Amino acid sequence: MGLLKSSVARKVAMALSGLFLVFFLGQHFVINLSSVVDPDTFNSWSHFMGTNGLIQFVLQPILIFGVIFHFVLGFRLELQNNKARAIRYKSYKGQLSSSWASRNMLITGVVILAFLGLHFYDFWVPEIVHKYIESHPADAERYFPELVHKFESPVRVGLYCLAFVLLIFHLWHGFSSAFQSVGFNNKYSRGLKGFTRLYAVLIPLGFVFIALYHHFNQLHH
Amino acid sequence: MKLTLKIWRQKSAQAKGSMQTYPIDGIDGDMSFLEMLDVLNTQLIDRGEEPVVFDHDCREGICGTCSLQINGEPHGPDRLITTCQLHMRKFNDGDTIVIEPFRAKAFPVIKDLMVDRSSFDRIQQAGGYVSVNTSGNTIDANAIPIEKDKADEAFNAAACIGCGACVAACKNASAMLFTAAKVSQFALLPQGRVEATRRVLNMVEQMDKEGFGNCTNTGACEVECPKGISLENIARMNREYLAASLRG
Repeated sequence: MGLLKSSVARKVAMALSGLFLVFFLGQHFVINLSSVVDPDTFNSWSHFMGTNGLIQFVLQPILIFGVIFHFVLGFRLELQNNKARAIRYKSYKGQLSSSWASRNMLITGVVILAFLGLHFYDFWVPEIVHKYIESHPADAERYFPELVHKFESPVRVGLYCLAFVLLIFHLWHGFSSAFQSVGFNNKYSRGLKGFTRLYAVLIPLGFVFIALYHHFNQLHH
Repeated sequence: MKLTLKIWRQKSAQAKGSMQTYPIDGIDGDMSFLEMLDVLNTQLIDRGEEPVVFDHDCREGICGTCSLQINGEPHGPDRLITTCQLHMRKFNDGDTIVIEPFRAKAFPVIKDLMVDRSSFDRIQQAGGYVSVNTSGNTIDANAIPIEKDKADEAFNAAACIGCGACVAACKNASAMLFTAAKVSQFALLPQGRVEATRRVLNMVEQMDKEGFGNCTNTGACEVECPKGISLENIARMNREYLAASLRG
């Protein structure tokens, strides 16, 4: 952690890794949304993502590293921050000067991490086993039925929705905060904040919509 | 006005402290918060008890000496004022007021409500100054033209009185708003650019050494700051730090 020896450098690293994950979330949403609009498009995009060498062997490891890095650094910062005030206040009214989302990034972050564990177990591990361990022949049609199958269980859909609601809070503070961390605070910040807040609400709600759409669509058939 | 005060009492830096309850009567709404504590201390002395130790000096909101976490907020419930400017009319008859010292590992309690804020002095000493040649050919600062906007921004940053409310308010006990204000007041002026690289690197290094927490942009510091120091200063310090790191 030599490069991250100062609090400002760690703050910038959290911001940049967070912005990278926000960008990834956006492209993931676009692909998932295609499953509602046109299953064939979803299959072809998923097949491309799942078989393209650059994505599989370069971008995917970078993404996994980004998630682990963001979590490990965030957790380390939280531990340091707790040590910085060893004796707590008897009365502390943080709610009068800051938002709940900004004060509870660890809680929302841990829930999102737990969800990512479930998500890896549900999609990523079977995918890796299917492709690289059992070496099944490429089947460009399998992605949509697999996705729909995962949204059968109401418990899984419930957990999925809960995680995305907490993601709203995490992004509500984190996305706009990342720009402040990298030093971007000027006359455009107000507009940018509006965009980040819109993104923080709409993208997770979009994921919730997709899950509910497939869940209830199956009940009808 | 009749009040119940719950005050942190601690005999020394090493002693274990606790909250003590003191009922108090006859408080006038026009008294300042510190005058109310003076009344309490007079009563305590009359009863032969130890008075409550607290920091104060100018009592007009400019020296940065008074502190106190009052009902969960640094400098109490009002905005843009210090504790010495807080009037008792902000409270109601029968209220219970919780009074604690500013809490941070880098602000150790000396006694009762008095804390050691010399960590701020050490951050300042690490680079919060402009070196001036005083050998007889000193150039008048006003001889260098400075844009009005920049001068105003620098002045706003320099309004920081170093009271430590930012640290007290921050859930992480971070000192970034203070350090950023001290970096900004020079970074915005041509006289400050000469030492800009080493200033920001050294001040941030000292801030970290003192054991303050990391900034997570909650914005509580800006809200609670009695001088309204803006978060823009932290963004500026981050830019300064990144640029200085690249310059080496």
